[in-house]
Amino acid sequence: MAALVIAEHDNASIKGATLNTVSAALACGGDVHVLVAGTNAGAAAAAAAQIAGVAKVLHADAAHLDHGLAENVAAQVLALASGYSHILFPATAAGKNVAPRVAALLDVAQVSDATKVIAPDTFERPIYAGNAIATVQSTDAVKVITVRTTGFDPAAATGGSAAVEVVAAVADAGKSAFLGSEIAKSDRPELTAAKIIVSGGRALGSSDQFNAVLTPLADKLGAALGASRAAVDAGYAPNDWQVGQTGKIVAPQLYIAAGISGAIQHLAGMKDSKVIVAINKDPEAPIFSVADYGLEADLFTAVPELVSSL
Amino acid sequence: MKVLVPVKRVVDYNVKVRVKSDGTGVDIANVKMSMNPFDEIAVEEAVRLKEKGAVTEIVAVSCGVAQCQETLRTAMAIGADRAILVETDAELQPLAVAKLLKALVEKEQPGLVILGKQAIDDDCNQTGQMLAALAGLPQATFASKVEVADGAATVTREVDGGLETLKITLPAVVTTDLRLNEPRYVTLPNIMKAKKKPLETLKPADLGVDVAPRIKTLKVSEPPKRGAGVKVPDVAALVAKLKNEAKVI
Repeated sequence: MAALVIAEHDNASIKGATLNTVSAALACGGDVHVLVAGTNAGAAAAAAAQIAGVAKVLHADAAHLDHGLAENVAAQVLALASGYSHILFPATAAGKNVAPRVAALLDVAQVSDATKVIAPDTFERPIYAGNAIATVQSTDAVKVITVRTTGFDPAAATGGSAAVEVVAAVADAGKSAFLGSEIAKSDRPELTAAKIIVSGGRALGSSDQFNAVLTPLADKLGAALGASRAAVDAGYAPNDWQVGQTGKIVAPQLYIAAGISGAIQHLAGMKDSKVIVAINKDPEAPIFSVADYGLEADLFTAVPELVSSL
Repeated sequence: MKVLVPVKRVVDYNVKVRVKSDGTGVDIANVKMSMNPFDEIAVEEAVRLKEKGAVTEIVAVSCGVAQCQETLRTAMAIGADRAILVETDAELQPLAVAKLLKALVEKEQPGLVILGKQAIDDDCNQTGQMLAALAGLPQATFASKVEVADGAATVTREVDGGLETLKITLPAVVTTDLRLNEPRYVTLPNIMKAKKKPLETLKPADLGVDVAPRIKTLKVSEPPKRGAGVKVPDVAALVAKLKNEAKVI
């Protein structure tokens, strides 16, 4: 029995979500191998070999494996799948894109967003925006799983010394091509890995005010910025800041929700945070029902005051 | 070009579901059911493509119980031309739905399949990708912009960190994200018109698909409750709590 973890990486380094996925794979029992499929991804493969608990790294390199094109990455995983009882992906945009293709072509079901490994074939996963937790058992020979990173502590990024084995790259499926991307460059921590998150809602009123009010607080705390769906839909914040059922799932040490009412879809994305602070002038806002500390106040005065008192 | 739009009947997004006391599932008796919001966006996108002249026919599909007819009528009220119901009372998991849809893709030969990226009941986020894989089609998931021209689709996708753009050859599968469009309100005349549009009913056996579940749900439980904390009177008290009690700053 062995598990294959599909690494998320940028060819030069391994993304943090891979480490949580390795932990989930270790919990399934058996050896853990990591696949790094990319273009000139030797550095990422070398980094994967350092992860504590990893027994072997498989490195597939080809121009058409860049940008995580689902058709090609899924084919690469399938070419290596025999011999693995578990194939795990982080439940990130990249992992969710590829994993179901692998499951379907293996003719097995997929367990999405696993938050706990109960037994090698039994997992917990949230359903209905986290309003219920299902314990599910896979009856298939191979378990294809996407791992909710907040459910597992990250494996140590160093301390391992796995061998890197170069494997043959599959051919280009030729049906899709990457044209370009707009990825915001930011010095802030990544939203899903941040220890502190400052998140804003529709009450911020505009993109300018969103930035003017929340950026100083995030700077002061070294925090990532997040947003509710309402704020993203209104154009106050970019789409990849959205925290919630269908956006990012986060569990920082401290989550500060400013001007967010707290729809169940938003709570689904942040209710596992260690400490939640809600700043809202509506005393009936549902966010107060999950907040450790609620401050009933106008955020336009409370947030700057908070910045100056930190 | 024909577009196939699979739609799922789910518990309305405003309903807070309750876990059954015997732990066998969630109680969906007498709860409001609606079209999965992401699928509604998919129907809207198909209708907009038709209005632009890129699409000639929109076929809505649903798999599930007889009441899915209502969901299909809604899709036709938004603008789908006809509908197919694959009727079964069996529990359908994403792999089974993908197999049913693959059979329909072979039958209908659409140039494009547009569906929601995930259903808000099981939160699986699998069906579109599984269909694409089984039918041997390219995919563009989590779409926030779709343009169709010259046998290809150019799709902007919402990914971690921002947006990326892919070009995929048609036929292809596209799954929708929230920012793709804002679905129109259905009007009464269109609801009346939708009642007269053709709705075909099939069984999984007609399509030669075994829909037996592969995943057993052993139990469904309430998530750990998070109790409300305390209200603090002012910013100074908040800072004191965060520093001394929670020790997070």
